[in-house]
Amino acid sequence: MEYFLQQLINGLTLGAIYGLIAIGYTMVYGIIGMINFAHGEIYMLGAFISLIAFLAATTIGGTSVPIALLITLFATMILTSLWGWTVERVAYRPLRGAPRLAPLISAIGVSIVLQNFSQLAQGARVKPLPPVFHGGITLMEGNDFTVSLNWLQMVIMALTLVLMAGFTWVITRTSLGRAQRACEQDMKMASLLGVDVDRIVSATFVMGAMLASVAGLMVTLYYGVIDFYIGFLAGIKAFTAAVLGGIGSLPGAMLGGLLIGLIEAFWSGYFSIEYKDVATFGVLVMVLLFRPTGLLGRPDVEKI
Amino acid sequence: MLKVEALQSGYGSIQALHGIDMEVARGEIVALVGANGAGKTTLLMTICGNPRASAGRVLLEGEDITRLPTHHIIRRGLAHCPEGRRIFPRMSVLENLQMGAAATAPAHFGQDLERVLDLFPRLKERLTQRGGTLSGGEQQMLAIGRALMSRPKVLLLDEPSLGLAPLVVRHIFEIIAAINRDQGVTIFLVEQNAYHALKLAHRGYVMVNGKIALGGTGADLLANPEIRAHYLDGGAS
Ligand SMILES: Nc1ncnc2c1ncn2[C@@H]1O[C@H](COP(=O)(O)OP(=O)(O)OP(=O)(O)O)[C@@H](O)[C@H]1O
Ligand SMILES: [Mg+2]
Repeated sequence: MEYFLQQLINGLTLGAIYGLIAIGYTMVYGIIGMINFAHGEIYMLGAFISLIAFLAATTIGGTSVPIALLITLFATMILTSLWGWTVERVAYRPLRGAPRLAPLISAIGVSIVLQNFSQLAQGARVKPLPPVFHGGITLMEGNDFTVSLNWLQMVIMALTLVLMAGFTWVITRTSLGRAQRACEQDMKMASLLGVDVDRIVSATFVMGAMLASVAGLMVTLYYGVIDFYIGFLAGIKAFTAAVLGGIGSLPGAMLGGLLIGLIEAFWSGYFSIEYKDVATFGVLVMVLLFRPTGLLGRPDVEKI
Repeated sequence: MLKVEALQSGYGSIQALHGIDMEVARGEIVALVGANGAGKTTLLMTICGNPRASAGRVLLEGEDITRLPTHHIIRRGLAHCPEGRRIFPRMSVLENLQMGAAATAPAHFGQDLERVLDLFPRLKERLTQRGGTLSGGEQQMLAIGRALMSRPKVLLLDEPSLGLAPLVVRHIFEIIAAINRDQGVTIFLVEQNAYHALKLAHRGYVMVNGKIALGGTGADLLANPEIRAHYLDGGAS
């Protein structure tokens, strides 16, 4: 029982991170119908920018840890979203209206470029960050196992909740969000109502990159090590989460992220940690085979 | 008000418009009739910049808008109520109307909303209903209402009577007349329903295979035996 609870906590933490990345996949798919395979790399850049910003903030100013983290959070959100914006501008916008395969290939190209860029700029070696948070609270004392929730896990879950709430508010309540939903449903009609579609698509990439950058910051703090290759695996897992939840569905992406995190945690807790990635991809294959619309994906029923 | 000169356009290598000349004066209702595939929808869409004109010009209040991006053309005072209505199906009626005001100042939203809901009281009862679940007639009302939310100078209407029962068609045409009369909106109307359209319009054009074949006052065109034979067979009621 204690062990189960501990895996649950670990799984939810991991799931929060996957969920944040998955939103970027699902939003971009919803609005321009392409899988942005470079999104994992945006997350990786977010992790590197976080690491650099955090080290800079702590060494230069001698600032306290919470303030340094706050600076890091804003720095990585701003700089990473700039990357997201640039990628769309340079690699996808010129291909709007081209056959569907073209932007997909472009995305894979961008992904390779970004990986190699950070490998060249930062070196191929794993980058460590000493633990920033110490301690936590003990939830349960078992005979031979203690369930604990450390501060960092709490920060990750709380921050994720705040971001998801803010993000949901933007999408459902603001005129930007309304325009995004309109573009998702009928882009041509949105332009016929005076909506600057290019601007909305840019905003979508920026928002996705922002959330991914926070995920990058969280992973840097949580695992304490990053390298130029982390975007690949995390990207595919978050993509799996988006497909599991129903690609194009925002609540689906959040739910899918949590489920993938839980599956991974329980699989490595009870079966075999070496095969935890296999479990995730098994899920991807199963969903694609048996329920391609995902859990919350919509079968189109409206009359148009 | 709206003037089209030697306009050519098409899709890829297929040319759909072969040099269109026409004009809509301020305050007029002008109808465009023609057979399926004549290029009527293509003309309205080309005026809005999608597809782009391959030759010729579009002038709005004397200014060349041919090369502007679609959203700039719309912001100059054109509203397009497209073929098939294109309501946002997973948005509420209210949100659809808000989208209609997407490019205008939010300050007079309340006033515009009231004006549109007065015109279509049916929509008032259904503000929270999802667009995709409205009936065909209600969707058409919403499409017109949404177009009016931007306070257009010129309203382009593409087959507003498509798929509607005769009684609803009559109602829609009455409303179109009222919009023109009471709000002073200039209207360019594309219709299959040539009888109703030409009766309503001050002037009309007939399009055949991407060219304007004939133009004149609505009454003249209605009286023209050739037009009666081609477009009004059994349609007159
Ligand atoms: N997206 C498109 N791609 C290629 N060809 C198109 C496209 N849309 C229309 N066409 C072609 O352009 C020509 C004109 O079509 P258009 O839709 O303008 O006709 P229309 O007069 O509006 O007809 P209807 O009364 O049936 O609506 C047709 O031959 C049509 O096949
Ligand atoms: Mg048409």
